[in-house]
Amino acid sequence: MAILEDLQLSRREVMATGAAVGVAAAPGAAGAAPVEPGPSLMKVSFTVNGQRQTLELDTRTTLLDALREHLKLTGSKKGCDHGQCGACTVIVDGRRINSCLSLAVMHEGDEVTTIEGLGSPEKLHPLQAAFVRHDGYQCGYCTPGQICSAKAVLDEIKAGVPSHVTADLNAKVQFSEDELRERMSGNICRCGAYSNIVAAVAEVAGGPILGKGA
Amino acid sequence: MRAFTYERAKSPREAAAAVAADPTARFIAGGTNLLDLMKLEIETPARLVDVNDLKLDEITPTKDGGLRIGALVRNTDLAADKRVRKDYGVLSRALLAGASGQLRNKATTAGNLLQRTRCPYFYDTNMPCNKRTPGAGCAAIGGFTRSLAVLGASEACIATHPSDMAVALRVLDAAVETVTPDGTERSIPIAEFHRLPGQTPHVETALARGELITAVTLPKPIGGVHAYRKVRDRASYAFALVSVASVIHKDGGGRIALGGVAHKPWRVEAAESSLPRGAKAVSEGLLAGARTTTQNAFKLTLAERAIGAAVTEARG
Repeated sequence: MAILEDLQLSRREVMATGAAVGVAAAPGAAGAAPVEPGPSLMKVSFTVNGQRQTLELDTRTTLLDALREHLKLTGSKKGCDHGQCGACTVIVDGRRINSCLSLAVMHEGDEVTTIEGLGSPEKLHPLQAAFVRHDGYQCGYCTPGQICSAKAVLDEIKAGVPSHVTADLNAKVQFSEDELRERMSGNICRCGAYSNIVAAVAEVAGGPILGKGA
Repeated sequence: MRAFTYERAKSPREAAAAVAADPTARFIAGGTNLLDLMKLEIETPARLVDVNDLKLDEITPTKDGGLRIGALVRNTDLAADKRVRKDYGVLSRALLAGASGQLRNKATTAGNLLQRTRCPYFYDTNMPCNKRTPGAGCAAIGGFTRSLAVLGASEACIATHPSDMAVALRVLDAAVETVTPDGTERSIPIAEFHRLPGQTPHVETALARGELITAVTLPKPIGGVHAYRKVRDRASYAFALVSVASVIHKDGGGRIALGGVAHKPWRVEAAESSLPRGAKAVSEGLLAGARTTTQNAFKLTLAERAIGAAVTEARG
């Protein structure tokens, strides 16, 4: 744990150095730009994986950075940091979102679930176990986002939310491979483990979800 | 990202007043487009006014048989609403063709209308762009134009509007309801909401500074076969090269609007009388005045064929 702590501190230092360089470069580029306001700090409280958390944060802090850098929940990954890759996907109040495109201070009172809250190494979530069984990853970087997204996808289908490939908007939505592939399109896997991801999620969906739904 | 202060507005008027009085302030709702642009310092607000507490998140029937969609209704909820699925299918289809599940869960109705262009030169801060810096010039003209506008563009800007939802709203004759700091409310027809670039491409909508969108209204259902056909470089999670929102009636008449071709959803009502004569006939009027490059001329053929597919599908 001490080693992990050191590692995280040194990473923050690296990031802080990077930010300082950025700030120093800005006035030169902008010429006679007005003096920029300094950082604005704010308190925010939300629940993460069942635990109440209160943080004082620079308003610029994304939910992803709050989770990773401040709460040390490094399961959620930073891929593109622009909402294009889905590696940062977490579940907020039951819905999946890109945590990189959301400010932490906008989540006052919210309930956040990350990959760490879905299961543990001792007690895997059924989706986590299925990903292991089906080899639903290679490098594993996108996997926490894939699993959080898949969990929400199964809930969305159960709740009757249609998708782009749903043939009849007015009929009951059914799980299918096409539905899964369309709904998971916001989660990119650069290793290309898609077919095994589909197999893993389909196995979990084929149990209780299909049984109850149809 | 530049530093900013953050506050949560308690009423639409209060939010409008806060942003109207401070040129450095911006509204934030879903934030999926604004925060992306703030990270790139294309948007640099010094103050964010969060409008998520304004209780504008309901879909309610209107007196004349239509629907009033609160500005904060999320794209997922609007697409999944039973009334929208049944009577305004083109709107559900357009929403579901856009973005990803994660983004639709956050993105709001008003925010979708206000999203900025995806022109690659707008995103590249090393390139001149009249939208980012009025008067700087346009690097897209003479550049890589494959994804850019073929209709209604100007010498100042050839960007397209990226919204799918707005294209569906255009065929449905929706209206945008707003409130100003002094409490004045108005309803802007969707046809007049987005502007063509002209010489001021940085002015993208009819909204005044601080004017807040409170809702989008839909007139009573018009029946017909609703479809949204989106052509893009991959099957999911990509912006449109060309998209067609269509409502087609049994007699072959109906309405057509295009996305991905102009600075706003593109509809020419006068051309729609030709719709019963087929895609070629309606495209003549709809695509009149198009100006293309060798890279994006394909959009005209693609639009005509996508309309043809929509017409054929509607005939059953």
